[in-house]
Amino acid sequence: MNGWGGIGSALLLWPGLFGGAALAWLLVWIQRKLAARLQGRIGPPFYQPFFDFVKLLGKDTVVPAGVNRRLLFALPLISAVAATCALSLIPVPGNTMPSFPGDLIVLLYLLEMPALCEVLAGYSSRSLYGQVGSAREAILWLGYNLPFLAAVVSLAIQAKSLTLAALVAAPLGPVHLAAAAAFLCALPARLKRNPFSIPNAEQEIVAGPFTEYSGVPLACFELSHGLELVALASLFTVLFLPLANTSALRWLLYLLGSGALVGLITLVATATARLTVRHAFRFYWSWGACAAIVALMIAGMW
Amino acid sequence: MNIFEGLLSISRRKSPWLYCLNAGSCNGCDIEIAATISPRYDPEQVGALRQGSPKHADILLVTGPLTLRTQDALRDIWGQIARPKAVVAIGSCPASGNVFAGSPTVVGSLDQVIPVDIYVPGCPPRPQAILQGCIHAARLLAEGKTHDQQATREGGR
Repeated sequence: MNGWGGIGSALLLWPGLFGGAALAWLLVWIQRKLAARLQGRIGPPFYQPFFDFVKLLGKDTVVPAGVNRRLLFALPLISAVAATCALSLIPVPGNTMPSFPGDLIVLLYLLEMPALCEVLAGYSSRSLYGQVGSAREAILWLGYNLPFLAAVVSLAIQAKSLTLAALVAAPLGPVHLAAAAAFLCALPARLKRNPFSIPNAEQEIVAGPFTEYSGVPLACFELSHGLELVALASLFTVLFLPLANTSALRWLLYLLGSGALVGLITLVATATARLTVRHAFRFYWSWGACAAIVALMIAGMW
Repeated sequence: MNIFEGLLSISRRKSPWLYCLNAGSCNGCDIEIAATISPRYDPEQVGALRQGSPKHADILLVTGPLTLRTQDALRDIWGQIARPKAVVAIGSCPASGNVFAGSPTVVGSLDQVIPVDIYVPGCPPRPQAILQGCIHAARLLAEGKTHDQQATREGGR
């Protein structure tokens, strides 16, 4: 399959909307189940994220007074579409999307869209909690993007290319180790998990930017979060895990790698408490900056 | 009933999100709700999650005899919960006023202000009883039999 058929199937079937959503629900379930087991609970059954999503689709949407109705629906939709497009660009096993020069830049821009939509959603919802959550998200954004972008850019410098396929094909070296450290450092804040669950701090600022959201827009935001999780886990596995020879082995490595990464993040999230914005920002501009500089220096020297 | 409606009915039963409201309670029932969401009784295994925002919730848990000062807040929060919604009255106070019945600062029973679907009796009720009340309310939501759903149907047609 190539041309438009390949692009369409990458966007809709795998790793786009339907396949991506199925994997997202599985990964979200792993997060919730593992967190429950670590807290000595039984935890939800595996179909729980799917039923949560369907239930939210079937609920009424409350439009708060003074909020633009079109904006309320458009922001979560843009967020979910951007996450789907980002996911379809990542060369995971079975992806039919043709690689093109500069697709790394498109991917990085698309990956920023959900966070941007979230900030706008909080500010436009006229809720005090939403505005506090958005402000925190915007501040953290400046923090976690330093190690995240440095990780990807150092790989691009090493591969001397802005094409994802070239980055994936590059042999693993010391730069991958430093870049993986920087990437992992940025991941909990990107996914808004403890200790960086600052923007959506549940029970502290109600539900952060999503406080005023209900029904279909909320379901859309949940979906886009799930897709973002899959996109970041996929990006990690294709960039930092070795390229297997056979297709079956590649699938196995991809699924196990994503599962292990999500498990690791959940482990950290369950074991830690929430930091303040000040501490999180300081962490990213000291340790995150260190990891970023080391990754860039290694990429420049080798 | 088409496929989506069937799926929706199952998911309403499997995913009841809770919002807890203290309407002048002595805190006894709130402590039991806190015990209900603790690891020992783990409501997440039936899909129940406690939500901070009433707009995300399906089931409103009300404790307390409903004092005059809280009734406006109660009406407001009940109005913010997106349809379909259910109301579970926790303990004897929202049902009858309990020992506060007849007090000049208490409204009386909860159903004078908002329609109540499930009463969980006890002073305070056990966590198991609260959890069972939530499961019953989720079943009513799935069958479309909550007072709110019936009122919407009658009003809409």
